Amino acid sequence: MSHSHTKPPVPVALRVKAIETLLTEKGVLGTGVVDAIVDVFEHELGPKNGAKVVAKAWADPEYKSWLLKDGTAAIESLGFSGFQGEYMVVVENTREVHNVVVCTLCSCYPWPVLGLPPNWYKTAPYRSRVVLNPRSVLAEFDLHIPDDVEVRVWDSTSDVRYLVLPERPAGTDGWSEEQLAALVTRDSMIGTGICRLAA
Amino acid sequence: MNSMHDIGGMDGVGPLPLEENEPIFHEEWERRMFGVKVALAIEGVYNIDETRWAMERIPALRWLQSSYYEQWVDGVTRSLLEKDILTQEEIDARIEVLKNQGGE
Repeated sequence: MSHSHTKPPVPVALRVKAIETLLTEKGVLGTGVVDAIVDVFEHELGPKNGAKVVAKAWADPEYKSWLLKDGTAAIESLGFSGFQGEYMVVVENTREVHNVVVCTLCSCYPWPVLGLPPNWYKTAPYRSRVVLNPRSVLAEFDLHIPDDVEVRVWDSTSDVRYLVLPERPAGTDGWSEEQLAALVTRDSMIGTGICRLAA
Repeated sequence: MNSMHDIGGMDGVGPLPLEENEPIFHEEWERRMFGVKVALAIEGVYNIDETRWAMERIPALRWLQSSYYEQWVDGVTRSLLEKDILTQEEIDARIEVLKNQGGE
């Protein structure tokens, strides 16, 4: 992996293609496996899964209390489980507390319910500053947390992944879970946003 | 841990790189790298802690100048070499072949 000073660096796309083709030829990777995996992440996993969890919690108090007590099982009951979601903790936003999630060491994120993280989540500015001064970072998302609301920052690990249960917007009494799920954004489940009724 | 990975609380890292309508992958090679790394985990070639350890041994200055998925390329390459699944010579030779084909 070391490069001498006299050789130009190899384009990264070529390095990836070399590895993938060699692994396929050696039978380490089955044909089509990489495509199948990427397809799942591009088309099946994503915040729409988490939105179903949140909407059900808003609509069903019993489910909500289960979700807050045993996030992994309650989320799995809706069919969302597996890689990077083996142990889920759900934290509830209220009038008193606003939760926000980070992975200061890298990019741990609850894949089954949110899919892959946005780029900013994986970068140094978010990871370093949200634990130092969360209110100012949230303000960069145009989210201004009142001084009398406590901000709690949760640092993910490779074992524990967090999902924020955002506050249900007022004026949604009697809405179906499907209608409610449409209000739930990715950022509201990370804690860098909140759910709002469309203006 | 005391390394450039442990950056919680660091100052001077600049503004958030927020992007509207961000694609899941910005480049095709990122897409392929993601699929390969996850496939190798599913195949049981390594576990998450091993992949993490492979990436933590990327030299600090190189790490800081690498993009997220470039770090994956370095880490996965290291794992494959250390596990004797691929050799550096094989990889280099294949890169030459691909270069001569003119394709990426």
